[in-house]
Amino acid sequence: MTSSDLLAPVVDDDGAPFWEYTAQHELRVQACANPECGELRFPPRPCCPHCRSFDSEWRRMSGKGRIWSYVFPHPPLLPAYAEMAPYNAIVVELADAPRIRLVGNLVTEAGAPWNSVDPSRLKIGARVQVVFARIGEFTMPQWVLER
Amino acid sequence: MAAGALKDATAIVGIGQTPFAKQLPESEKALACRAILAALDDAGISPAEVDGFASYTMEETDEVEIAKAIGAGDVTFFSKVGYGGGGSCATLAHLASAVATGQASVGVAWRSRKRGSGRRPWTNTQVQLPTPGQWTRPYGLLRPADEIGMLTRRHMHEYGTTRDHLFNVALACRNRANQNPAAQMYERPMTRESYMTARMISDPLCLFDNCLETDGALAAVIVSAERARDCRQKPVYLHSVAQGLPAQHHGMVNYWNDDPLSGPAWTAARQLWKQADFGPEDIDVAQIYDAFTPLIPLSLEGYGFCGRGEGGAFTEGGALEIGGRLPINTSGGGLSEAYVHGFNLITEGVKQLRGTSTAQVPDAATCLVTAGEGVPTSAVLLRS
Ligand SMILES: [Zn+2]
Repeated sequence: MTSSDLLAPVVDDDGAPFWEYTAQHELRVQACANPECGELRFPPRPCCPHCRSFDSEWRRMSGKGRIWSYVFPHPPLLPAYAEMAPYNAIVVELADAPRIRLVGNLVTEAGAPWNSVDPSRLKIGARVQVVFARIGEFTMPQWVLER
Repeated sequence: MAAGALKDATAIVGIGQTPFAKQLPESEKALACRAILAALDDAGISPAEVDGFASYTMEETDEVEIAKAIGAGDVTFFSKVGYGGGGSCATLAHLASAVATGQASVGVAWRSRKRGSGRRPWTNTQVQLPTPGQWTRPYGLLRPADEIGMLTRRHMHEYGTTRDHLFNVALACRNRANQNPAAQMYERPMTRESYMTARMISDPLCLFDNCLETDGALAAVIVSAERARDCRQKPVYLHSVAQGLPAQHHGMVNYWNDDPLSGPAWTAARQLWKQADFGPEDIDVAQIYDAFTPLIPLSLEGYGFCGRGEGGAFTEGGALEIGGRLPINTSGGGLSEAYVHGFNLITEGVKQLRGTSTAQVPDAATCLVTAGEGVPTSAVLLRS
């Protein structure tokens, strides 16, 4: 895949730690650091919507999840995406926290193209496991079907 | 002012529009002026009397340019509402508040857009990657159709909604457009076969699940109910108005709360019905925002025309057609008349209550108009 033309994440202050951890092949989600609360939240934000604490930490996830939904985009698309189309884009609900869902792509192995999995294998509820692939300047989480 | 003070306090007394086409030669500014002047002429009100304006943040013509071009006088209220098509009905709501509280006396809401000849907004990668874009766009969830397609697949999975249900929506809009000479799809009938064999845009959504690309402009004039009685046209009263931004909502990528399939429509609906003298069962005709066909089942649920998850099934048996349980989008809507961020749904609601629609619902006296679902939204209840 011509990874240089894919859109890179435009990182903000709140989201930066997520990408620092993916670079270390760790999937972490922001959580409230108030010991009375501790709720996970995504996308990251400055304070906790449950207790309003500004203290947060990044909690490591097992990387297991299930497909919550998926689409197959077809053209018209930006050129680098049109080359792969139709590809899959999926939403994964994390096994550790089903209300935390991440958008990603289902691939046969880390770094494989987004159209590498036979579309008939995408099913809502299918168990998936995170893998990591370097795309441009970023390490992106990707997903493979659990064996 | 007391709660409920806006009820029937203001009315739409003028509507105007330009032709709709894939490409029009004039500028957005010229089109805006034409639509606004047509609306004022319809109302029988001089442009010099206009002292309030409201539009969308995505509107690229502004009050300064419009006011000086049409020859408005001193302007004392102006407002723009965000979130794309979610702002359509809110422009009326803001003007209703301003007129009812004396901040303005003649309000104009407008939308002018050359979406047909302009670039597609999602191709602008500079503006498309704010938070939460960093969590979705790099993975190829690039366009509104991809974002809504994701929610659609989940709705199909949870509730048994089918492509035939989405076809029912597309067909109802197309059938009404086939009655409306101003519609872009006036002479283009749709069959189930043409729908089912159309190319995919973001599977499960095909070409005909997506709205049109249109050049055109529309406007509406709002005054107090008292003044409305002296205007040229039969007044169409703003019975109830509402905006809606639910707790923990994330826009079109609403994947990160407990219940992604109940969106802003639910919030707007609660506020809308709370202030109204009637309920969903009393609505004669509805104009429901249709950038994508699945927004109709989601909105039917949100505004209380059916139960949770029943929006797909509701479309069966011709329910959305003239003579059905709830005729919708009687000009053809965004899917088949014109996509101008939903403003044609407002003007069509007015036409129905005046009795002048090209697909008139007999004796229509109440109409729900909604703005975009899946983004912070708005809605109005119109009555004659
Ligand atoms: Zn907390």
